[in-house]
Amino acid sequence: MTQAATEPLLEVSGLVKHFPLTQGILFKKQVGAVRAVDGVDFHIDRGETLGIVGESGCGKSTVAKMLVNLERPTEGAIKYKGEDITQLSGKALKAVRRNIQMVFQDPYTSLNPRMTVGDIIGEPYDIHPEVAPKGDRRRRVQDLLDVVGLNPEYINRYPHQFSGGQRQRIGIARGLALRPEIIVADEPVSALDVSVQAQVINLLDRLQAEFDLSYVFIAHDLSIVRHISDRVGVMYLGRIVETGKDVEIYDHPTHPYTQALLSAVPVPDPEAREHRERIILHGDVPSPANIPSGCRFRTRCWKAQERCTLEVPLLAVPAEFRLVEGPAAHDSACHFAEEKRVVPPEGPADPPRAPADGMP
Amino acid sequence: MLLEVRDLQVEFRTRDGVAKAVNGVTYSVDEGETLAVLGESGSGKSVTAQAVMGILDMPPGKITGGEILFQGKDLLKYKEEERRKVRGAEMAMIFQDALSSLNPVINVGDQLGEMFTVHRGMKRKEARAKAIELMEHVRIPGAAERVRDYPHQFSGGMRQRIMIAMALALEPALIIADEPTTALDVTVQAQVMDLLAELQRELHMGLILITHDLGVVADVADKIAVMYAGRIVETAPVHDIYKAPAHPYTRGLLDSIPRLDQKGQELYAIKGLPPNLMHIPPGCAFNPRCPMAQDVCRTEVPPLFEVDADRGSACFFWRECLDDASRD
Repeated sequence: MTQAATEPLLEVSGLVKHFPLTQGILFKKQVGAVRAVDGVDFHIDRGETLGIVGESGCGKSTVAKMLVNLERPTEGAIKYKGEDITQLSGKALKAVRRNIQMVFQDPYTSLNPRMTVGDIIGEPYDIHPEVAPKGDRRRRVQDLLDVVGLNPEYINRYPHQFSGGQRQRIGIARGLALRPEIIVADEPVSALDVSVQAQVINLLDRLQAEFDLSYVFIAHDLSIVRHISDRVGVMYLGRIVETGKDVEIYDHPTHPYTQALLSAVPVPDPEAREHRERIILHGDVPSPANIPSGCRFRTRCWKAQERCTLEVPLLAVPAEFRLVEGPAAHDSACHFAEEKRVVPPEGPADPPRAPADGMP
Repeated sequence: MLLEVRDLQVEFRTRDGVAKAVNGVTYSVDEGETLAVLGESGSGKSVTAQAVMGILDMPPGKITGGEILFQGKDLLKYKEEERRKVRGAEMAMIFQDALSSLNPVINVGDQLGEMFTVHRGMKRKEARAKAIELMEHVRIPGAAERVRDYPHQFSGGMRQRIMIAMALALEPALIIADEPTTALDVTVQAQVMDLLAELQRELHMGLILITHDLGVVADVADKIAVMYAGRIVETAPVHDIYKAPAHPYTRGLLDSIPRLDQKGQELYAIKGLPPNLMHIPPGCAFNPRCPMAQDVCRTEVPPLFEVDADRGSACFFWRECLDDASRD
């Protein structure tokens, strides 16, 4: 890693976050830990989108918080341009944080109801005054409103005067204020109505091209993640169990959890009802305070054997695919990895249709 | 016909004015049939269901017109006590958020048993045995041991099963499920929808599924009613609507969801926002957002045109819409 050109923009290795479980009032004794994130590695290049999918409690939001330094990792490194940001403090940390910004899930609770839109979007400039001199801020905020498709005259309005989709645009404008290189978006559209979701996704797509942004896009909706991501990581109980390009994960999944997840997504095509194979998993996700030995998915896996209880499967290209070139040869943490197509084709491709750029 | 809603109108009187939540909704569901009511927030899909169940808050809500015929009798003419006998026994509802719909300080066995002690006059012990039977029916593992547990001790999927068990307790003829799986994860959603569909077949109930998820609808529904601003804009058998929508709003919705089977290009986005229910635009409520809107759409309210014997569309240009869809 000597040349900046080959080095990933952000590299995460061995990331762990354990929340201690304590007992006792005066003398707190640690009795266990919630292993929310338990060894996660990934990287992001410039201008790229990494999607992270998983069910609730898999640790995807904790990963997001660690990336923007809202949570300190228990172990592991987050390298931004080669520098481990978990070791930084003071000025150096502040400089890095400017470049990694976050867009939150809930546009109703992530905007202060007592601040005007102008103050909300301009607040990052109070912390980083070097980005915009005081006299210039109002104009910058208006530019940002324009960029996210809101009327610049709305600068003095309050959040309650906007709809959910418009509020999410405000949250995005705030994320863009400092001209970051990376945006971490944690479920940015899941609180929105279907017709508004598409508007916000298109906006995120457009901004990425315009500002050469890298996204870490966290969501539980597999269709949206496929739409926006270049690469996808599937998380289960604090670990990434399978990762690869979108085609590799969606059309050639080799991990049984990914297969079950994909087969469970309701597809908007009634014809698929008959010919589609459904893998219905039994039971619920185990508690992250009490993770099963060996493979953490084995308690719900239909393929589990004795080896799965004893040996932790590593995230690597499985042996059976190592020698063949092709989309099945991607990282998958399963002892019995096997390719299986579970997403039925939905008929002809979408006809190109003049996209009405939604500006409410 | 098990349930027929005819020209139902509901409004809410608020300080700021009158919000017209439901403006003439007509739909029906038969025994053993699944009707999906699809719509975004504020489309009136839940309010219609609440009016059918008789659990609408009045005031501020008010039913200003229409009929709700259940097994041929108009429920709106019933007194509250008569209504109460129907509710739970003959029609039951499953809510989205099981945690806030269950009582946190009463164990699930007693909550399930209450259905039998109140409606059937059973003794507590008898009711408890029934509760265990129900929990087994919805496949809660270790039902006999868990009957004394409280709602917070169950996972989200298990809690939703308890809600289903409660709805099924008195074997109603009609179940209304309001976003039953929206709060659940995909793999658990699949379990719960499977269970619901199976129980429906077994008991031959009518099911009204209220949802915003086009995927869930495609998986389970027989027919769909699409709602927008308190009106039904399109109604059709499930296969027809996905193949060729006859209303621009339905078409826009279908085009705006990303696909799982391929990485698409830019998504089609319906421009603008759903209307404020206090100021529904004149003419067709969808006209400010519609790519096909003409002058007539801004002045006249389109009736539900008959597209087919079992299909309707509230668009003056439904023929063009269908032609468009068949060209793709």
